[in-house]
Amino acid sequence: MVLFVALELLTRAELVTPAYLPPASEILGETVSLLGRSAFWTAFWATMQACFIGLGIATLVAVPLGLALGLSKWAHKAAITIVELLRPIPSVALIPLAILVWGRGTEMRVALIVYACLWPILFNTIYGTHHVDTIGADTARVFGMGRTKTVLRVYLPAASPFIFTGVRIAASVALILAVSVEIVAGGANGLGIELQLARELGDLKLSYAFTIVTGLVGLAMHFVFEAIERRRFAWTTQAQTP
Amino acid sequence: MDDAGADAMTWIRAHLADILIRLAAVAALVGFWWWATARAQSLFFPTPDTVFEAVWNDWLTNMGESWRENFWPSLKRLLLGFGLAAFLSVVIGVAIGRSRKFGDYVEPIIHFIRAIPPPAFLPLFIILLGIGDLQKVVLIAIGVFPPILLNTIDGVRSIDPQQFDTAEVFQIGKVRRVTHVILPAAAPKIFAGLRISMSIAVILMVISELFAATDGLGFRILQSSRQFKYVELWAGIVVLGVVGTVLNGLLLLVERRVLRWRVN
Repeated sequence: MVLFVALELLTRAELVTPAYLPPASEILGETVSLLGRSAFWTAFWATMQACFIGLGIATLVAVPLGLALGLSKWAHKAAITIVELLRPIPSVALIPLAILVWGRGTEMRVALIVYACLWPILFNTIYGTHHVDTIGADTARVFGMGRTKTVLRVYLPAASPFIFTGVRIAASVALILAVSVEIVAGGANGLGIELQLARELGDLKLSYAFTIVTGLVGLAMHFVFEAIERRRFAWTTQAQTP
Repeated sequence: MDDAGADAMTWIRAHLADILIRLAAVAALVGFWWWATARAQSLFFPTPDTVFEAVWNDWLTNMGESWRENFWPSLKRLLLGFGLAAFLSVVIGVAIGRSRKFGDYVEPIIHFIRAIPPPAFLPLFIILLGIGDLQKVVLIAIGVFPPILLNTIDGVRSIDPQQFDTAEVFQIGKVRRVTHVILPAAAPKIFAGLRISMSIAVILMVISELFAATDGLGFRILQSSRQFKYVELWAGIVVLGVVGTVLNGLLLLVERRVLRWRVN
């Protein structure tokens, strides 16, 4: 970790192409001062808002759907075929269409994020229901639990570590999509829009600072989700990224 | 030849229900699309027949021009970026996987680069590299670099130490140790990384072309939307979906060939 700093200092001492890479300390200074500006925080919250609304809707749709598909063999086969057809369509290819349909506001961002986040959550939910211990399900049947109750009390908790992994993957997808939509489509507030603005100003330092800050946001999201995962799902060891 | 035919027949018979249900699913999807769009009569959502007609008329009948103007520029960027990143990350990945010390130096940097959503690099790269192909290739390369690299490192580190001892005993040289011991053993993991990266590469290719481009598949979609040609826009989306599927399929074919020796 200390060597990471040393490496940064090396680029600073080199000074070969200051037009391309400003000294590390100056970028760092710019990044820190960025965190003190209110404009940054409005952009940050706008992006986060779109991310989390999209992620929330995608979770609410994908989890019940995934449970249903995971439990029925026939529905599973049919649905997988449809999913395999739809999934290769890159979500960003839908940006131009979404702009025409929903305009350039938050609504459009959320719609695209929902589409992109749906797949990882759906797949992990299906995967999770397939990994439920059959003894649990059989026990539920012995105790005369109804179908809905079995799903809610046995399958959902047992699959939840997998579902959460899906949500965690989807969160990074959401950030990627939010930033790309903002860069391509513009709009009122957002990290991608600030990035774009910095480029239009030709401000190299600011561009670096915003790119780094976006990375920090990504890291922060990753750590938050990982912390939740470790705390909530400490009882399981099988929750892994498939 | 007859044997192969008989084999195919038994395979079809065994999987008949499976095939039928898959066909039914596709039919249901198209049927639903048809029903919903015909009912809605929305300008934004054209019926599938008009979309497929547009795919045929705009893309397939003048394939020469589509290829030159859209497919080739896009594929060139994608393959260059993907190839560059794959080569570099396998080389660096083997080095990191073999040397703890080098890994300690470089890994924090890689993890930070991975945390940055790749499209966020786009404005910065436009300043640094202009709006030409170079910027698009570098954007694709940096986006697919971390997954391949991390998988390669993982693959190299999980090689059974006994394999190295055996190589030592047989006095196999350093270079041949890399090509004959390390790479084959790490290949399954490397391919897992490549597969994840392919879809990222397609996404980044499209993004880079939605912004400051004059040709490519993404550019064509953007142009249709600017001219409010909804049917053409949908046709472009369908074509991109097919391109993504074909690229994934090709990669799977390569993987199956390279990893044929693997018993699984």
